Amino acid sequence: MAKQAAGLSPGQLMWRRFKRDRTGVISACIVLFFFAVAILAPVISMLYGKDAYTLYGQDNLDLLDEFNMPTGGAGGISADHWFGIEPNLGRDVFMQLVYGMRTSIYTALAATVLMVVIGVFMGLVGGYFGGKIDYWVGRLTDFLLGFPSQLFFIASMPVVVAAFVRPDEETPTTLRAIAIIIVLSFLGWMGLSRLIRAETLTLREREFIEAARISGASPSRIIRKELMPNIITPVLVQATLLLPSTILSVAFLSFVGVGFVEPTPDWGRMFAIGADIYEQDPVYMLFPGVAMVVFVVAFNLLGDSVRDAFDPKSGR
Amino acid sequence: MLRFLTRRTLGAVLTLFLISAVTYFMFFAIPQDPALLACGKNCTPDALKVIHTNLGLDQPVAVQFWHYMVGIFAGRDLPVGECAAPCFGISFDSGQPVWDTIIDRLPLTLSLSAGGLVVFLVVGLGLGMLAAWKKGTKVDKTVSSASLVLSSLQIYFLGPVVLGIFVYSTGWLDKPKYVPLTESFSGWFMGLLIPWLVMSVIFTAQYTRMSRSSMIEQLQEEHVKAARAKGMTSRFVFFRYAWRGSLIPIVTIIGMDMGALFGGAMVTELTFGLAGVGRLARDSVVLKDLPLTMGVLIFSAAFILLFNVIVDAAYAFIDPRVRLS
Repeated sequence: MAKQAAGLSPGQLMWRRFKRDRTGVISACIVLFFFAVAILAPVISMLYGKDAYTLYGQDNLDLLDEFNMPTGGAGGISADHWFGIEPNLGRDVFMQLVYGMRTSIYTALAATVLMVVIGVFMGLVGGYFGGKIDYWVGRLTDFLLGFPSQLFFIASMPVVVAAFVRPDEETPTTLRAIAIIIVLSFLGWMGLSRLIRAETLTLREREFIEAARISGASPSRIIRKELMPNIITPVLVQATLLLPSTILSVAFLSFVGVGFVEPTPDWGRMFAIGADIYEQDPVYMLFPGVAMVVFVVAFNLLGDSVRDAFDPKSGR
Repeated sequence: MLRFLTRRTLGAVLTLFLISAVTYFMFFAIPQDPALLACGKNCTPDALKVIHTNLGLDQPVAVQFWHYMVGIFAGRDLPVGECAAPCFGISFDSGQPVWDTIIDRLPLTLSLSAGGLVVFLVVGLGLGMLAAWKKGTKVDKTVSSASLVLSSLQIYFLGPVVLGIFVYSTGWLDKPKYVPLTESFSGWFMGLLIPWLVMSVIFTAQYTRMSRSSMIEQLQEEHVKAARAKGMTSRFVFFRYAWRGSLIPIVTIIGMDMGALFGGAMVTELTFGLAGVGRLARDSVVLKDLPLTMGVLIFSAAFILLFNVIVDAAYAFIDPRVRLS
């Protein structure tokens, strides 16, 4: 008996197309692997038997030479310390990287979610209500796009931190993370907002929205029940493209020295350390560097694949 | 044309004023006491008092902002010293006028940004056009995948690796340093070569991708097809018809990327230990030198906006439709 042709939801169709895209599936696996490492960092630490804070080089004097560089060449890689030993302080590089990725990915994830929420809200409001509201949302977007963003990031970090903590106190790591999230999302939502606005403008004129309006639905209901399901695709695509760039922004802040500070392990700060001691110990930089390149490449490929799966017409 | 440019310039001036206002109020209004922020951890009540009077903090923020704005055009007489015409205040840390410090560091950052811009435009647009020309072939695929990997590299990772290969191991090049252009061209060029190449990498890939897709789009336009149909050589059509059209979206993006270019210059300066405006910005933030941070921020914003207006003018030059609308 012939199988009855069943209707497929857009989500199912997307999943079908995505599964056939080999590049997409492989990059999804790589991205998932990185996320798993970030989430399971404490478990990895337990199995590996070391943590990100202990100064192994100070306890075991064989690990660092008289210049505080790892002994034995190749950054001090050994069966005990898979990725070697950090110069000067003598921490375990593998644990630094695992926990550093955890810090960066968690922070970037939170910032991206906030950007998406603000961007979708602003775009929907501007696009749906139009007129004066749209005009002012548009002006605000343009204005914020005119900001020299990276410079503004680093300049506003201490100010935002100071809003929470008195200058004579130590800043807890969570507050630093919150400050980074606020600063990054403040200037990170405009692209998405513009996109959502454009989508909403075309959707607004469609019959089903008109029907909902005539049937007496409130604007908030129309936005939630009629518009939202239709913009979920571009939102998802944009979010997958936004996350890697946010991770790079977090790394940028820490590299520059205003993001996460000692002793919080952080991906970006590893580059600052690596650049400092590169002449003496080039191996150290290799691990965070290669990990980041692989991660960003995989994520960008995943973003392309997700876009193609949702919208096969768009092409590359 | 003139009206279009005037409108854009006025818009830029207004944006700059708003950016200045927002940053000023943010720096001087959000923290309960900016003097405390500037004073840091080892603050004594005496030091706090000095900073208070120096900043004129006894006045309302709006009045302070007014003085600051007037000072930029007319100069100010600050308690810490005379501050001549373009007055952005006096640095807490060095005691020097902010303007002088910025101008002092500017040539390096300008050289870095301009050189980087040239490299990534030439390489990026060139590769993109090549890929579009050879669309679907091995060349196209190689260029596309190379640009994907390149775009995922970071200046702070690539920089030390390049240094390791070309300076520390082989000794082919010297460690990057800044020699003013007025002193020696070759010194200037060789000193900044590595930073330019490394810095341009992050942008090259993006421009390759963009110019490729823009070019492919243009090659399918009716006027390009018509030109081919009436027997013009593909080379002529490619460069004179399609290329010009493909530049339009790219020029827009260049304007929008100016801020990122400055950010790139900042990371490059930090990676290679060069002392430019970007480094100044970072150091001022770390040292909590508020007047300096403010000054660099406004100055850079002005520069970026100025460049945006120039790009808009170029845009109108390339695409006649902009002039008419």
